[in-house]
Amino acid sequence: MTATAPESTALYDVPGPRTRQRHRLYAAVSTALILALVGWILYLLFDTDQFTYTKWMPFEYKGIQELLLRGLGNTLKAFAMAAVLSLALGTVLATGRLSDHRPVRWVSALVVEFFRAMPVLVMIFFIFVALKVQPLPALVAGLTLYNGSVLAEVFRSGVNSVERGQREAAFALGMRKTQVMTYVLVPQAVRAMLPAIISQLVVALKDTSLGYLITYEEFLHAGKLIASNLDYDLPFIPVVMVISPIYIGMCMLLSWFAQWVSRREQRSPKTEAVHVAPAEPGTLLPGGGPPTAPRL
Amino acid sequence: MNVLIDNFHTFAQGFLGTVELTVYASVLALVLGFLMASFRVAPVGSLRAFGTVWVTVLRNTPLTLLFFAVLLGLPRFGLVLPFKVFAVLALGCYTSAFICEALRSGINTVPKGQGEAARSLGMTFSQTLSVVVLPQAFRSVIPPIGSTLIALAKNSAIAGAFSVNELLGTYKTLSELGYNIVWTFVWIAVGYLIITLTISAIFNYLEQRWGVAR
Repeated sequence: MTATAPESTALYDVPGPRTRQRHRLYAAVSTALILALVGWILYLLFDTDQFTYTKWMPFEYKGIQELLLRGLGNTLKAFAMAAVLSLALGTVLATGRLSDHRPVRWVSALVVEFFRAMPVLVMIFFIFVALKVQPLPALVAGLTLYNGSVLAEVFRSGVNSVERGQREAAFALGMRKTQVMTYVLVPQAVRAMLPAIISQLVVALKDTSLGYLITYEEFLHAGKLIASNLDYDLPFIPVVMVISPIYIGMCMLLSWFAQWVSRREQRSPKTEAVHVAPAEPGTLLPGGGPPTAPRL
Repeated sequence: MNVLIDNFHTFAQGFLGTVELTVYASVLALVLGFLMASFRVAPVGSLRAFGTVWVTVLRNTPLTLLFFAVLLGLPRFGLVLPFKVFAVLALGCYTSAFICEALRSGINTVPKGQGEAARSLGMTFSQTLSVVVLPQAFRSVIPPIGSTLIALAKNSAIAGAFSVNELLGTYKTLSELGYNIVWTFVWIAVGYLIITLTISAIFNYLEQRWGVAR
């Protein structure tokens, strides 16, 4: 995922001395351009007085700091609830899709496909506006329905990715289907699909910010309260500069954790060659491409 | 049913708003994504770093935060544009990170030997790229790009909450008029299904036409 050396692709030969010199020229020009861009943004920031004391003053107050911390706490609370419930719902739906009974399979498939194809925000608004639910349960319910359905697909493909022989051997030993699942398939599948599960949790964490739109008092909501305060000269940009690194940092940590787990799993001989791609967001496309499906 | 017939105009406007957002943002995302993907495989270190930062930051930014920063933050820079343009910018930049990763992985699926073979035939870099590598890469990235654009269409709903005219936003107008809110949402859901199914059908067709059987 980091910037890889270009010679690892089919595109380039190992550059010779003259090409290297040309590349150094390109590097100098592009670095200059990027620096100019950064400088221009900094100039704009200073030019529009984003660094004046009044705009940064609010962050000195204890009340404001507490407001932000409370918002962050609410974000993490919604995330924790949504994560646990999505995993539970995903398990139920995946069990349903792998069931031997046709009606159960159909119903679960219908539920999974419908909730993957709907925008999360439509579900959240529906629960919030039409069913008149409080913001937190509405947000958690919406996130659970969407991420649970996506996770169900991850679980299903994880179980299906376990070598066929394992299942056949277990059946040959006289195990029941439940035993085959719980003793043989699921323990092996979990290892392979753990990175995909964590990546999906990053999506859930990112989407908790949708709570802002239904007046749930989460992190972004706290930021908005500060940003639109006239006493501090409407510090929109400073608020964005304080809030975004924290949000992005949390998501990045979780993403890196997913990558770390995935690298560790790839080295493990027990999960050799088994790779579970992150489920695609309600694609309705059959098949699927290379194992880098987007998670949005 | 009455909700739809009485307010066909409102629904149609919202629907077209969503389609418009989706189309413009898709074009922006594809252009930016292509640019970033070429940065990320470029032989120049600073461009690779720029591409990596772009992708890593945008992939880990909540879209609501991005909308907040662009729609409410940028005007503080003295940059005042219609909300719709801002929404297209936010959606397009966000999605470009995912498009970039899809394209890059597409280039990586082309076996290294293909490029080596092309060079050993004496092809120049641009020939290798345009005749051998890109056509193969392009065909293997059709499905992930399709699902990214479907996600883009779904994500455009957030713009409605920031008072850009689009499908989800129609519920506000209709609930003020006192229509049954449940039915309103049913038709909104149908609208989104039409859009996502259309994109999915287009990409299915493209995949059948151009997809590679490996």
